[in-house]
Amino acid sequence: MENLVNIFVKSVFIDNMIFAYFLGMCSYLAVSKTVKTSTGLGIAVIFVLGFTVPVAYLIENYLLKEGALVWLSESFADVDLSFLSFIIFIALIASMVQLVEMVIEKFSPALYSSLGIFLPLIAVNCAILGGSLFMQERAYNNIAEATAFGLGSGVGWFLAIVGIAAIREKIRYSNVPDPLKGLGITFIITGLMGIAFMGFMGIKL
Amino acid sequence: MSAEKEPLFSSKNIKLLTGPLNDSNPITVQVLGICSALAVTVKVKPAFVMALSVLVVMAVSNVVISLLRKTVPPRIRIIVQLVVIAAMVILVDQVLKAFLYDISKQLSVFVGLIITNCIIMGRLEAFALSNKPWQSFLDGVGNAAGYGVILIIVAFFRELLGSGTVWGFKVIPESVYDFGYENNGLMILPPMALIVVGVIIWVQRAKNKKLVESN
Repeated sequence: MENLVNIFVKSVFIDNMIFAYFLGMCSYLAVSKTVKTSTGLGIAVIFVLGFTVPVAYLIENYLLKEGALVWLSESFADVDLSFLSFIIFIALIASMVQLVEMVIEKFSPALYSSLGIFLPLIAVNCAILGGSLFMQERAYNNIAEATAFGLGSGVGWFLAIVGIAAIREKIRYSNVPDPLKGLGITFIITGLMGIAFMGFMGIKL
Repeated sequence: MSAEKEPLFSSKNIKLLTGPLNDSNPITVQVLGICSALAVTVKVKPAFVMALSVLVVMAVSNVVISLLRKTVPPRIRIIVQLVVIAAMVILVDQVLKAFLYDISKQLSVFVGLIITNCIIMGRLEAFALSNKPWQSFLDGVGNAAGYGVILIIVAFFRELLGSGTVWGFKVIPESVYDFGYENNGLMILPPMALIVVGVIIWVQRAKNKKLVESN
């Protein structure tokens, strides 16, 4: 349990998707103009990452990894399909996004209508594919750890986008030099936020 | 076909190639493809390999999509684009693993992330779907080059200031260190990549007034 909390906190603060790996920057820059929309997108990302990473973990361990197909037959022991992981993960993400969309629509129409167009957009958000690939690279021990990592990364992304949106709403009233307006200042603020997040480095739970 | 009358490097085609280097640079103006890129800019060498990989993927997938543009039904075009890109990225990844193993280790998951790099999808959607293969090829090369240039500039400054080297060679002489100069460790940390890009945007827009945003 302690281990899970550790992975969760680590992926929220230290290995933050935006500040440490720049994943999902495109939608992060495009959608962070107001707090309301960025909250919606952030929640959608938490959902999709929380569902996709565990499923990707199962696929990785029972389908793609070297020797993963042993459960089918002993003769598959040295089959290594890991070169297929990109294409399989991308297909997985596209279908997971669709699935999550349908589930939310069924069980919580209010949330569905507030997420609106953000759900389908997530399929091309690099944070999701990045999460699956990091999960593959770091080789988590069991599905609970993978889930903790997925949820943590989602929460970290959520914090980052809501934070920047709040700052951008305020910065509209300040006197930014002309060439820095819009994109430039957003980059620099993100960098400064990233430096602040570096302060969490070295925390061990 | 008008392409036969048009010279291979007509001024319009040259524009496709050079436009993305400045006026419509994918990173600083179109804001596409920042995602997978900045994490590999600590050193010039991986940044260069990354830029080259993106260039290959982009040029080839642009041509392929452009050849297929009349046969693919619009409704399933996104999945077709993803399959083409993913296939190209798998090829690039395998080539890197075979010939440049240590760099491919450094790039880790970021080669795979070329798939979701919005710049590739963006150019496929916006250009290759409605233009001839040769123009699409130029557009792909131009945009990937504009992207690579930014990547390499960022990597150059981060490596120079952060480790005192360029492409792995020492450029800051030992005697400077004796005077008390020290490498700026902050430049190696991820947030500095964002700030360097911010400064690049600042410089570019200060020189090129028409790019300035109103808000």
